[in-house]
Amino acid sequence: MLLIRCPYCGERPETEFHCGGEAHIARPDTPADISDADWGSFLYTRTNPKGLHAERWLHAHGCGRWFNALRDTVSDAFVTTYEMGTPRPDPISETAKA
Amino acid sequence: MSQPFRRASGGRIDRNRPLTVSFNGKTLEGFAGDTVASMLLASGQHLAGRSFKYHRPRGILSHGSDEPSALLSVDWRHDRGPGYRDPNNRASVVEARDGLVVKTQNHWPSLALDIGAVNDLLSPIFVAGFYYKTFMWPKRFWDKVYEPIIRKAAGLGEAPEYPDPDHYANRHAHADVLIVGAGPAGLAAALTASADASKRVILADEGAEPGGALLNDLTSTIDGQPAMDWVEDAVATLDGRENVILLPRTTGFGYYNHNHVCLVERVSDHRADAPEGLARERLWQVRARQVVLATGSHERPLVFENNDKPGVMLAESLRAYVNRWAVLPGDALIVVTAAASAYRTALDAKAAGMRVEIVDIRLGADCGPELAAARDAGITVRTGHTVIRALGGNRVGALVVAPIGTDGSIGPKLTLDCDCVAMSGGWTPSVHLFSQSRGKLAFDTEIDAFVPDKSVQAERSAGACRGLYDLGAVLADGFAAGSDAIGGAASPQPVEASAAFTGFQPVRVLPSDADPSRIKAFVDFQNDVTVKDIKLAVREGFESIEHVKRYTTTGMATDQGKTSNMNALGLVAGILNRPIPAVGTTTFRPPYTPVSFGALIGPARNELFDPVRKTPIDGWAAQNGAVFEPVGLWRRARYFPQAGEDMQAALARETKAVRSTVGIFDASTLGKIEVVGPDAAEFMNRIYTNAWNKLKTGGCRYGLMLREDGFVYDDGVVARLAENRFHVTTTTGGAPRVLRHMEDYLQTEWPDLDVFLTSITEQWAVIALQGPKARDVLEPFVSEIELSETAFPHMTVKTGSVCGVPCRLFRVSFTGELGYEVNVPADYGEAVWTTLFNAGQKHGITPYGTEAMHVLRAEVGYIVVGQETDGTATPDDVGLSGLVSKVKPDFVGKRSLSRPDMVAAGRRQLVGLLTKDPNEVLDEGAQVVKDPGQPIPMKMIGHVTSSYRSENCGRSIAMAMIDDGRARIGETVFATTPTGFTEAVIAPAVFYEVKGETADA
Amino acid sequence: MLDVNLASRAPALAPRSSDAGVTVAPLGPQGRLSLRIKPAALGDDTAIDGFDLSGPINSRRSAGDGAATRTALRLGPDEWMLLCPADDVEERSEALAAALNDTAHSLVDVSHRDVSFVVAGAEADSVINAGCPIDLALAAFPVGAATRTLLGKAEIVLTRLAEDRFTVTSWRSFAPYVQGFLVEAARHQL
Repeated sequence: MLLIRCPYCGERPETEFHCGGEAHIARPDTPADISDADWGSFLYTRTNPKGLHAERWLHAHGCGRWFNALRDTVSDAFVTTYEMGTPRPDPISETAKA
Repeated sequence: MSQPFRRASGGRIDRNRPLTVSFNGKTLEGFAGDTVASMLLASGQHLAGRSFKYHRPRGILSHGSDEPSALLSVDWRHDRGPGYRDPNNRASVVEARDGLVVKTQNHWPSLALDIGAVNDLLSPIFVAGFYYKTFMWPKRFWDKVYEPIIRKAAGLGEAPEYPDPDHYANRHAHADVLIVGAGPAGLAAALTASADASKRVILADEGAEPGGALLNDLTSTIDGQPAMDWVEDAVATLDGRENVILLPRTTGFGYYNHNHVCLVERVSDHRADAPEGLARERLWQVRARQVVLATGSHERPLVFENNDKPGVMLAESLRAYVNRWAVLPGDALIVVTAAASAYRTALDAKAAGMRVEIVDIRLGADCGPELAAARDAGITVRTGHTVIRALGGNRVGALVVAPIGTDGSIGPKLTLDCDCVAMSGGWTPSVHLFSQSRGKLAFDTEIDAFVPDKSVQAERSAGACRGLYDLGAVLADGFAAGSDAIGGAASPQPVEASAAFTGFQPVRVLPSDADPSRIKAFVDFQNDVTVKDIKLAVREGFESIEHVKRYTTTGMATDQGKTSNMNALGLVAGILNRPIPAVGTTTFRPPYTPVSFGALIGPARNELFDPVRKTPIDGWAAQNGAVFEPVGLWRRARYFPQAGEDMQAALARETKAVRSTVGIFDASTLGKIEVVGPDAAEFMNRIYTNAWNKLKTGGCRYGLMLREDGFVYDDGVVARLAENRFHVTTTTGGAPRVLRHMEDYLQTEWPDLDVFLTSITEQWAVIALQGPKARDVLEPFVSEIELSETAFPHMTVKTGSVCGVPCRLFRVSFTGELGYEVNVPADYGEAVWTTLFNAGQKHGITPYGTEAMHVLRAEVGYIVVGQETDGTATPDDVGLSGLVSKVKPDFVGKRSLSRPDMVAAGRRQLVGLLTKDPNEVLDEGAQVVKDPGQPIPMKMIGHVTSSYRSENCGRSIAMAMIDDGRARIGETVFATTPTGFTEAVIAPAVFYEVKGETADA
Repeated sequence: MLDVNLASRAPALAPRSSDAGVTVAPLGPQGRLSLRIKPAALGDDTAIDGFDLSGPINSRRSAGDGAATRTALRLGPDEWMLLCPADDVEERSEALAAALNDTAHSLVDVSHRDVSFVVAGAEADSVINAGCPIDLALAAFPVGAATRTLLGKAEIVLTRLAEDRFTVTSWRSFAPYVQGFLVEAARHQL
């Protein structure tokens, strides 16, 4: 079971959380102006990286806040978590270091 | 059976506390501190079971959790009735106590005479891959012949035949330092780690008492004292520290992410006086800042012909039985070894009064000080000798040994009589938990073993589990590990310990001149895998150790190959002529030792398996004969049968009553969310397809919600209670995900909106009154609300009081009839329901359940999200395009609705289906085809989503999703039935026309 | 028209205390108001109608005593659960709404939604840890702490009233499960 640091509540066990997939995929401000292809990509295209992955987590059984996390998909190590709306930090990948 | 092999004194047993255990119907005698294995040996019983495949007689190989052979069926609480028995308990770790009933396994008719042993004679056909090769054909034999036979023959022991009546506990715990293993390294680590009283330390050990290998040790000294004195001092010190939890009988079996380590504690199996109902085991889920693994090492058997004869044991185990349990496993012992440590066994056995000889594979020149020590004690040592085979029936009787020439040739053979054999092929560090933690292993040629290399999690290994075998080195390592685990704050303690005999010469298979194709020399005892099997696997092309493992099953038994893995690996490397690291090692997976299902499940059984959510009106429903059904975690009343009624009859009565008089229905499970804030209407505009700005306070609207991909996600009635306050309802099952969906958009896309969401599902009990007489029933109990059609029309909401309690009263309908939904605070739900029900008697009020609710809504063509929709339906597909705002510039899912595939012709659309035979009710999920005569595979044009017998329509009705369905109304199609096809006509998805005052009036 | 109160409250649970060293006792009806305000909108004035909203996330602040006790559990950055006597909830609700009239907020009465237990005894923390995965050591979860978390398969709000005394609150329909879980755990305490 992962141990996840909620930016508001501190370290809590994974069972309190819900993962919401890749982060930093902003909903276009005016969807009507987006081409079908770009909209399809917004809906479905994800990076699925081996290594650092920015992803959304909801502290569902806690403070109820969504936040972002940088997790290494190889080691499962959380490099950092940060509040929604703040930019993606860019530390060196745990995997890249290894 | 008395105890002829029990020593008169010594051992860690309490001779003042005698006890008995039933073994195959006979009485075994022993003392507190015994295991079933030590009691068997004290009675002279070595034969403890029959092997898995060949039914060969097997004895007791080890003294710990690595035991592969002595597997027993144990009835832990025979006096409490059936269900307390489980199979495959290792005799070496079953603590003896009064009341245990144990039996040997895998034999018929008896342990000593077993018909299945014919497999041993047929063994030339039971080679590696036998099953894969044999049961290939003919295909029709599979389910009728092969499978029943294989199933009958498969497995050791018998699965329990009753539900487990025991209780199991669970405990989440946190520690600064978790130490697994309380041998010398673990104790030393605990002492230093816990010296700082602010550090929470958990020390767990699978044994009944701490001490590890020192429990077997009468000769080592630490700081000039007997080693066990040091252990007792250490345990007393740890016991006195409030920051330490010391857990004996607790096995660390799984090492998971982020230092989450699972341990199972045996709470009551060892207690004859355990009160009934006390947990049998407790699962500890420990989250540790730092972990110290002090898990020790496993001794390797030697591989020679008949090395599985009862009486052939691991050398350290024999020493343990002699010293710790005061048992002599025989009179005449031969120690066969490639390791120095086994000399300590020989010396201790000799001191205890056994006749002892040593056969050492190593040349005298390769031996250390142990050789002189043994000879000084008068023990005959044959160095440079091999064992050709063991002789004997159900017990070893002699060893055939021979000198090995310098050229590897086998010299003249000699038969040495004996009644027990202690063997040692050296030691393998127990790296299971380290490996589970994803740590990488490195091969250390010096000690011929894989040892922990790079840690991935916050852990370190100490002592024998990382290849240190000298007591002084083990202790120093333990102290250092404990110190390291708390950031080096405590200084390592200097310690002086007596030198141990260490070092061994790896030997994979003992040299022999026997025909290798005719002998059985076991590598994996529990799965009956021999040298021959592994050689065959390699010869057939399996070179990866993972493939050899699966093909031969070596290391795949419940002991996970603790004793066998290195021998198998070395053997494969030798045949392939590759270094061991090039062959690699197999993956260590949890659990380290078998774990009961009970421990994993914990309290989650029966009424604690899942929460059963009941509404405030559930008690009334139960008293009034409701038949319930689960809906998610909810338990809902499905129908209310009267005497002699089946479901169909009850449904007919309930559905007719709603359309002719009035029905009362518990809708409390509907999801409810209160949406509040200055931007509430704007938020609703963005989340729902409908427009909300024009909805006046006091108005209700049916809302449709899409996912961003344009597919229907949920629906429900929404009421505007005030300018800034909406009361949103969702489907019963959709409540949590709808709230999450809303919060997601609110927090991540529109954080600037001032609006807040609160779940009020359980704040309100919801009583639906539906039918022409609904107003008549309700009117006398309502205050502050006028119910007339003009004052309170369909799709409006009012607040006031019902039965004197505050309510939110909705004029809504899910049946097409005049209807109200009475929302009252939950604790008042049952009282209001009862009042309305009693008063409704004169109007013919009828309680109805979810089944009637479904029929009634289908009659008037209302969809159920999740029944008509399956996550691929657009609003237009289900005929709800009218609910999609054309003027709003954006809402969740809007852009997707114009993607090419979403507007393409021919999409599957909601329609009605009327069977040609009005009494035939289609299966929900039935596939629909145009022409049942077409060749297979047929083209399916749709499927049935809802189907009922409708009393109000006087026939069956069905809803279906059909390709281009709305354009095909009137067409004849065919739906699958269990036996073929049946004819139906596509129709509009509305089947009943409400008479009188309708919902839409 | 009727104005007499025909309906009496039927709580979700009958009392079913554990007879072990740790007691699990249902609390009676209580006034519960879910208050949501963005911290920026709340500003520095954190005393609203006698409720002390100044606590950090996951804390409990109590003010007043006896029947006038007002307790605020801060469960998230913008979320408080306000507790008051059951018969006081309407008055508090109106007073709070008036006090927050100019502030974007949400106040929702959830008095009937939730059910609470008091779990008390020397091993109360280990009984709760039978199903709750968070660290309940005093240093990690001190007296005055309050948080939403899990107990087995149910969501709960946990508060610590004293070293050996907690409240466990769940939604109404989960209460029998929560009660059964705690009573079962209390039987097997260390």
